[in-house]
Parts: sequence; structure tokens; C-alpha cells
Amino acid sequence: MMSDAQLTTAAAERPAHGWRSSPLPDVKLIMWIFLASDVMFFGTLIGTYLIYRGRSLVGPYPLDILDIPLTTLSTFVLLMSSFLMVIALHALRNDNIPMFRLWTIGVALFGSIFLGFQVYEFSHFVEVGLTLQQNLFGSTFFVLTGTHGVHVAVGVLWLVSIVVASYFRPMRAKDATYLEVAGLYWHFVDIVWIVIFTLVYLVEFI
Amino acid sequence: MPMTRWLGRATLALAATSSLAGCEFAGPQSTLDPAGPVAQAQLELLAWSYWLSWLVMIAVFGVLAYVLVRFRRRRSDPDAVPQQFHGSVPLEIGLTIVPVLIVIAVAVPTVRTIFATETRVTPGPDDVVVDVTGYQWWWRFEYPELGIVTANELHVPAGTRVILNLDSADVLHAFWVPRIAGKRDLIPNQNNQLWFEVSEPGNYSGQCAELCLGAHAYMRLRLIAEPQAEFDAWVDRFTSAADRPVQTDPQVQRGHQLFATKGCTNCHTIDGYRAGTPVGTPDFPNLTNFGLRTTLAAGNLDNTRENLAAWLRDSQAIKPGNYMPQLWSEADPNADDEIAAIAAYLLSLGSDDSTLTQATLGGSDGDR
Amino acid sequence: MAIGRTPAHAGSSAETSLLRRPDGRSGLAGWMTTVDHKRLGILYMLSAFTFLGLGSIEAFLIRLQLAVPNQQLVSPDVYNQLFTMHGVTMVFLAIMPLGTGFANYFVPLMIGARDLAFPRLNAFGYWIYLFGGVFVYSSVFLGGAPDAGWFAYAPLTSLSNNPGNGIDFYMIGLLIAGIGTLVTAMNLIVTIFSMRAPGMAMMRMPVFVWMILVTSFLIIFAFPPLTIALFQVIMDRTFGTLFYVPAAGGLPILWQHLFWIFGHPEVYIIILPAFGVISEVIPTFSRKPLFGYPVMILSGIFIGFMGFAVWSHHMFTTGLGPVANTAFSLTSFVIGVPTGVKIFNWLGTMWGGSIRFATPMLYAIAFLFMFVMGGITGIMLAMPPFDAQANSTYFVVAHFHYVMGGGALFAFLAGFYYWFPKISGRLLSERMSQAAFWVLFVGFNMIFMPQHFAGLLGMPRRVQTYQAGIGLEIYNLVSTAGTFVMGLALAMVVFSVVRAFLSGQRAPADPWDGRTLEWSVPSPPPHYDFTSQPIVYARDAWWAAKHPELAHDEPSHEYDASLFDRGGIHLPGASWFPFVLAAGIFAGSYGVLYHNWPLAILMGLVVVVSTYGWAFEGVGGHHVHPGESAHAETGSA
Repeated sequence: MMSDAQLTTAAAERPAHGWRSSPLPDVKLIMWIFLASDVMFFGTLIGTYLIYRGRSLVGPYPLDILDIPLTTLSTFVLLMSSFLMVIALHALRNDNIPMFRLWTIGVALFGSIFLGFQVYEFSHFVEVGLTLQQNLFGSTFFVLTGTHGVHVAVGVLWLVSIVVASYFRPMRAKDATYLEVAGLYWHFVDIVWIVIFTLVYLVEFI
Repeated sequence: MPMTRWLGRATLALAATSSLAGCEFAGPQSTLDPAGPVAQAQLELLAWSYWLSWLVMIAVFGVLAYVLVRFRRRRSDPDAVPQQFHGSVPLEIGLTIVPVLIVIAVAVPTVRTIFATETRVTPGPDDVVVDVTGYQWWWRFEYPELGIVTANELHVPAGTRVILNLDSADVLHAFWVPRIAGKRDLIPNQNNQLWFEVSEPGNYSGQCAELCLGAHAYMRLRLIAEPQAEFDAWVDRFTSAADRPVQTDPQVQRGHQLFATKGCTNCHTIDGYRAGTPVGTPDFPNLTNFGLRTTLAAGNLDNTRENLAAWLRDSQAIKPGNYMPQLWSEADPNADDEIAAIAAYLLSLGSDDSTLTQATLGGSDGDR
Repeated sequence: MAIGRTPAHAGSSAETSLLRRPDGRSGLAGWMTTVDHKRLGILYMLSAFTFLGLGSIEAFLIRLQLAVPNQQLVSPDVYNQLFTMHGVTMVFLAIMPLGTGFANYFVPLMIGARDLAFPRLNAFGYWIYLFGGVFVYSSVFLGGAPDAGWFAYAPLTSLSNNPGNGIDFYMIGLLIAGIGTLVTAMNLIVTIFSMRAPGMAMMRMPVFVWMILVTSFLIIFAFPPLTIALFQVIMDRTFGTLFYVPAAGGLPILWQHLFWIFGHPEVYIIILPAFGVISEVIPTFSRKPLFGYPVMILSGIFIGFMGFAVWSHHMFTTGLGPVANTAFSLTSFVIGVPTGVKIFNWLGTMWGGSIRFATPMLYAIAFLFMFVMGGITGIMLAMPPFDAQANSTYFVVAHFHYVMGGGALFAFLAGFYYWFPKISGRLLSERMSQAAFWVLFVGFNMIFMPQHFAGLLGMPRRVQTYQAGIGLEIYNLVSTAGTFVMGLALAMVVFSVVRAFLSGQRAPADPWDGRTLEWSVPSPPPHYDFTSQPIVYARDAWWAAKHPELAHDEPSHEYDASLFDRGGIHLPGASWFPFVLAAGIFAGSYGVLYHNWPLAILMGLVVVVSTYGWAFEGVGGHHVHPGESAHAETGSA
């Protein structure tokens, strides 16, 4: 239970809504819950992929076309983007607005580079005969990684929007929660990619 | 499990003696009237849980009834506030233990019965093996070791273990002959197995038990169990089907010609099966030895001259949605003659006498 | 997702921009832009009851067709659509949203909050549910309803086996409706964790709120597998992927696993709120607190948890093998234990009480009776060898109607009668309500008790007709006759509701001498719910306020009520964007279904623009200052 002094502060800090029975901001809590549901989304897609692994009746098969060196590079880019996200949030918390904008754009840029790699990989696969309709590998691979790619794209759009909006309505350290939840989402998308990279790519080469 | 066997018998006795306003618990498709050891074991499990349920219901509803009477609001003191007690840990523990015990009492025979009836078996030399393929809306039965392909009526020897390999050519189906065993699904790309034994010879009713759209309700079947000698005779009739000449009766001969000219041979074969011989289109029911069938249209009608004629005339009226085309228009003047001839021909297949319309066993009214 | 918005100044209204948030409460626009949890709760209930009516019509037609053997009142194709729509309607569009409606209306009131944590998200959740239901029903006029059953087993749903659009309406409609369910669940979790009144510890919350919390977590984890499965079938049918194409190696059983990993928790998503309602009604009408409050909560959590461990008991006949069947059989038995414990606790609540047989209590007692029966047949079905006989027969149909109808529906009707005075400000005639209850109870049992026997005598489910002479006639005839009785009961209920609105007595704030905070506000509650912030000192907070000497626990902390709502009560601003966003998704769904990509892309843009509008429209809202004199009601210090 909060003391009266804490209550006063809480009431002052929560102008629109007043009292809260949890120290966690609403948007952060709902983002965590959303991410829990997203775990189940990706879990189901990954599960489907794994169940159908090795069951394609015709090729191309994963070993034929997966490019580990290239995908390692794109994975690294995505990982670096998460690092930049941390720096961006740190900058905003220190009220360093130019740096917050720079690093956030950096995250979006790295995310876009990752997407570029994905586009390249997908079109290359199609060229050598792996389409959505070709075999179970094609269906499960493209739907899984495509869904992930859409998540990345939404994240890029979101981060760019935050930066653009910050020119119209100033963003300060006290608004950091709004960047933090975007960061949570971004880190989650990154972690999902690590899982996909392991279970789709690396596992074929053990 | 002597206890459950006794209870199973007791339940059956109770069911047999009760006839409340015309209720009968025996019937051609009744799960409460087993004619094979698998169905028997499954019923005994039900019987056991049924008696346990009565105990639970008497206890729970007894308390409920008592509470509703004893603790109802008194008119003399309508606003009385009773003692506000909140719970009791010992009672909670006790009341948790009771359901746990009941669950254990149900679980033990359940697990035993699962492993007694649902394990996958490898066929032995004495088993009869049938490959069952589900189609919309009929059953294909192939006996790989015996060289027989037939449809909708499954012949087996009584007292012998039968192993069914289940597959589907299109959507999900389920094979179910309640008096013999519980059902098993027919799923494409998944080779399910169902095995059972039939204790007594008879003609048992079954039905598809998984929605397959269209004429799902009409996808029925018959399981005909016979003594070994008669089963062997039935097998012989199949392996010699292709060699048997068409009967000399002129109507049968005409029907034989019409069977080809009306296009029936595009879908149906009557030539039986011999290793290396093409079996015709597998997608439509094999009509070899059709005269031996007790039912037609996948268990929907008794196999009589009248029913067969009605089916040929307008199969959609009997089994809406089936794939037979309409072969005679409403106004066709030759329809009745041609239909009678084809019916005579079909009923002649497999029997030595074209007037014989049903299998030798027990007719088509099941085993009641 | 509002970016960098500055807090609203006390007394200010919407941001000065194009995106002024509407604040009107009148007329159609008021309802379309509302974010008020009470209005949304009413909308949910109205929609749910409408869909319940549609589902009942489908049921009636089904039973008419099955009244006697070998009938052809409807063709097999139409029949398949009837039972599919009946199942989809009742599960997704009627019963579950009814629970959501009660949660929306009463969770804030019960925890001493004034709304959900995200009011616009709440509104969006409602509209997308409604649009999803309308989308599915539009199939009736656009080529035929889905016909593969409410669980739509592959490969019945493939494009080659089911070429019309019906299945697409099912897949897409449920996908978008499911989005609504998910976001509302997230909203409720945040609300329950973060917006409880001062002093409302978790262990002082009403059990209904706890059950909604557990249910919401179930939704979070259960709906995504369904969404993905639906998405996979949409991909198969629209883009030719091979997820459920046997010829390419696809496994139909995968659909069954994914569907039931959702589908079994779904029935707990339906029944746990129903348990919550019963846990409010029985104590109120026994004038005693709930027996074993911590155990009721723990058992609810345990049921929710175990609900994810039993799904393959729907698949006992699919050839999973004896080990898998044993495992799921055992988990299904285990889940019966906490359920049984709940029954005992409800009985324990009534024991030693002063039981008033008002209509809500009658429904609660009927619930106990019928849910136990459904639970018993459930234990029977949990035995795979018996299930091999009973699965996919009318025995199962009887079982789930007893738990979903006799259980959930009767419990929600108890809630309806319990809370009707609060929502409407009117009292229903007790005499008429009790008469309707008895007719409903008799009718319901007439319909479903005989179906146990029909199943045991060999009648599969989802059959357009059955053969004569195998013993099924009497059971089907009685069952059909029961629908007339039940129909009469429903007509009586509707009649009594209309009469209450036209000429019923006005309801006081606390007609039942209730125990929870919703009874501390007028009937119906004002827009702002509580005149002053309630402070809570014990479980059964309202009862403790009325009878401090009977309160369960000691206050652990004193609060100064004047610290709250300084500057007036802030009411959230209304908004067009939830409705517009949902409408965009709805229209875009037709684009996807008809492969009209320009429409789909255009609506996608509407979705994107609405999202930005939502994010940037500002806080809006206004402050109210209800009379200071009313603060004594809630027992604040």
C-alpha cells in the first residue's frame, strides 16, 4: 500500500486518471501482455514449421537454398538495431533529444536493412523455384518469416512516426515510456528472429 | 476386472428389464448391446462410471435439496443475517480428497481398457486384414491377402480378430459399428488402425461418424459376420467372380448389355479383383457380386428389386447429393424396362439364382 | 499509442486541432463514439442476445428437421449450414460476448474504478466483434453460410472440397472477431491490475473479477493458435499454400490440434465468468460470504491452467495412440477435481445461510443441477474407450449443451436477472420471471436429456436425418417438442423485459442487499460511476461498508478520500476512430474474400490512417464535479 505522500505524488503524476494500484504504467503492462500473445502467435507458426519439417514431397529443400552466411549478416544487423534501441532510450531518458532522434532513426534504418535482406532472400528463393505453393517448406517458411517481416516493418514505421511526431509535439524524458514500449516490441521481434534463425536455418546444418 | 464385468452385466440386465414408454436400449446400432469383446469392454467402463455417477448425484443433489429446505429464508425473520462463516480448511481438504478418489476409481479401469483395446497390433496369420478407404459417401473394402475389393458391406468371420487399416480418399470420415467397437477416424495421410472381433454371426449396422458434408447422414455400412465356412464360401465367390458367366435369363442378358451402353461401366466395375487385373475406377463403389449385398446405397435400403429400381430411377431422392447421375429423363418411355433389366442383372451377380435378392444370412433386418 | 501528448489541464476539453474528440452522448453518434464501459457493456449484451436469438432460430430449424426420421424439410447442404452457424453463433457471437458484456459493465464498478484502462481500445474491441459477426452472417446472403461445422475440420475446408465462399466467411470473420476478444482481454488485465480502488487488494476482489482475470489470460494464450490456424486456411484458399492439403503431405490432424488447443480453453473462457457470476449470486441470496474464497480463486486458476492440458480429449478417436490418449484422459479427469471443489464451496455458501428464492437464485440453483450433470457426462467422455463409442454422437451434443447451456447460459441468465435492475434502473416482475424460469428449465431438459440416449443408441451428430426403426424416434420427437417449450420461455423473458421498460417499477440502488460495490451506486449508474472514489477496507466491500461489524478483515491502511479526484472527475473523451478502424477492417475483409485487392489495399490505408488518428487525437475528455454531499455512500473515511 502506498503512503499518503506517495499517493499525492501519484495523483499529481497521473493527471488524466489519478490513482493506480500498480507501479507499472498502463501502456507498458499492456505491451507485455500483447507480447505474451505474440509469443503464442509465433510459437504456433514455428510449431507448424517444425511439424512439417522434412515432410515436403518435392524440393527445393532447405539444405538446397538456405544461405547461412548471408542470413548471419542480416541477423547481426537486426541485433545491432536492438543495441541502438537501448542507446536511443537512454538518450531520451537523459533528455538528449537530438541523440534520441538519431539513434531511433538508426534502429529504423537497421531494421530496413534487415528487411532488404529478407526481400533479396525471398526473391532469390522464388527464382530457384521455392514459392508459397511449391511444397510444405515453401508454405511454412514464407508464412513464418513473412509474418516476422511484417512485424519488423510495423516496428520501423512506428519508430519513424515517433521521431517525426517529436518535431510537432515535443518529447521529453517524462515521455520515455512511449519509446520504451516501442523498444520492448522491437526487442521482442529481434528475439523471435533469433529463434527463427536457430530453428529454421542453423538446425539444418547441425 | 470382475467388478466392472459384473456391473456391466447388471446394467445390461437393468436395461433389458426397463421399458419406459417404449424405450429400448437394445437396437441395431446401440452401444448398450455389445456383440463383440471390444464393445463389451467399452460398455463395462460406461457402466462403472454410471454407477459412480449415481453416488455423486445422490450425494450432491441430496445436500442441495437439504440446504434449500433447511436454510431457506424464514418468513418469521426475513431480514435475519446468518452467521458469516468464510470457510473451513479441514472441510476443503476433505472435499478435495473425495473427488480425487473418485477420479482414481475411474482412471484405473480406464487406463487398463485403453491398453486392452487401443494398441496398434501387427497382423498374425489368423487375422483377417481389410484396407478401408473412406470416400464421399461410401466405403471401399479391400482384402489384400484374399484378393477381394468390395463396397459398403464388410464380411468377416465370426470369432476371428479383424484388423482394419483406415484411410480416406478425400475428407475425414469415421468407421463406426456400435455393437462391435467404438469408432476410429479415417484421416488422409494418417494410417489409423481399428481392430475388433465379432462374437456372434449377424448383420450389424454402422454409419460414418465424422462430418463429410453432402450425404454424410447416408454414408452407412453393414458388418456381416459369418461362421468360417460361410465366410470362405463368400471369399470363393469373389475370387471366381470374373470367371462366372452371365446368367442366361433374357432380362439379365439385356441388363448386362445396358450396363455397358448406359455408361455404368464408366464408374462401376463388376469384375472382382485378381492380382494384376485393373479394378476399374476406384473412386466409385465396386459392384462385384452385387446380388450378395443385403443393402444398397451404402447401407441405406434393403437390397430388393423394388428398392434397386427406385435407386436407379432417382438416386437423389434417396441419398441427396450422391454422385450418381440421372440416367433416365422423366419422360423416357424405356425407363421402366431398362431399369428392371439392369436391376435383374445386378441382382444376378454373385448368386446362382437371379431371384435371390439377399445374402444367405439372416436377411437385412439386422440381428434382432 | 499517443506520442508525447501533454496531460489535459484541469477543466480543459479536447485538443485544439482537426482531431477534436467528440464528447456528445446523444443520439446514434453518441453510441458509435462511446468509450463508456457501461454503454459498451450494454451494446455487448444487446448484440449477444440478438445473436442468441438467431442461433435459437437455427436450432429450431435443426430440431424441426430431426423431429421424425427421413424428413427432407431442408436439404443436407442447408442443414450443414444450419448447425455450423448455430455453433459459431452460440459460441463466438452469443455466449462469450455475453460474459464480455458483464465484465465490461461490472469489473470497473466492482473494483472501484470508473472505466477500463484503455477506453477507446474497449470500444474497438466491441465494434470489431460486431463487424466480425455481421461478416459471418452476411454469408447467408452472399452465396451460402459456412457448412463444415463450428470446428471446420480440414480438409473439409479446402478450396477443392468446399469451393464456395462460405468457409472464407467463417475463417476471415472469426479472425477479425478474435482480434476484438484479444484486445479486450488485454484491456481487462491491465484494468484489474492497475485500477483497483485504494484498499482493494487482489484478495479482496470479488470472485467475478478474479474469474475475468483468469479468463483474460486464457484468451491471451488460447486465441493466437486459432488465429494462426484460421490464417493458414485463408492462405491455403486464397494463395494456394499447402498447410492442409493432403496431396502435398499436409496433415489434417494439425488443424485439429491447433483448433482444440484454442477450443478447449475456449470453453473455460466461457464457463469461468459464469462461475464468477454464480459466486456473486449465491452469496448475495444466501446472505453469507462465499465459502472458501481463496480456494475458489485457486481452483479457478488451476482450471485455467489445466484447460491447456486437455485438448486432445476432443481427438480420442483420431488414432493418437494409447499413450497420448491415456495422458489426455488423466488430465481431463484431474480438471474435474477443482470443478467439483467449486460445487462443494457453493453448497457450503448456502449451508447455514438465509436463502431467498429470487429469480437469480433459481437460475443459480438450476445451474448447479445441470452443470453437475454435464460434468458427469464429461468425466464419462474423458474415458477414451467409452468416448470411442460416444464421440461425434448425440451423447456429446447432450453433454456440451448441459455445460454450455445448462451451465453457462443459465449462469449468465442468473447474472442477467441479478444485474438488470442496476443496468436499466427498472425492476422485472418476479412472478413473470419465475414463471419463465420454470418453463425454460423444463424446456431445456426436454430438449437435451433425450439426446444422451439417442447418442447411445447410435445417432451420430451433424446428420441431416436418421433411419427409422433403430430406436431413435421417441428421443428426437421429445427433443423437438422441448424447443417449443423453450421458445415459449424465451418469449416470456422478452415480454417481461419490454414490460419492465414500459411500466416497470424503478429500481433502487441496492435491491438485493448486495455485497459488492456496484450496488453502492444508483440504478442506473451516472456516467461517472462513483460520485467519489471508493475506498475499500475489506472483502465484500459494499457489505463491509453497510455492516462493518460483519466485515471479513481489518482495514490495513487508512486513506484520505480528499486526495482523489482533485479538480473533478475526469471522463475520457469519446472517439470515432475505434468505429472507423473496425469498419475499415470489416470492409477490407470483403476485399480479401473476393480477391478485390484494390479494395483491400484502400481499406488497409483506412486502417493505417485511423491508427494515426487514434494516436494523435489527443486526450480529450472533460471533468465533472458531482455533488460533494454524496461522498458518504461508499463508506469512505
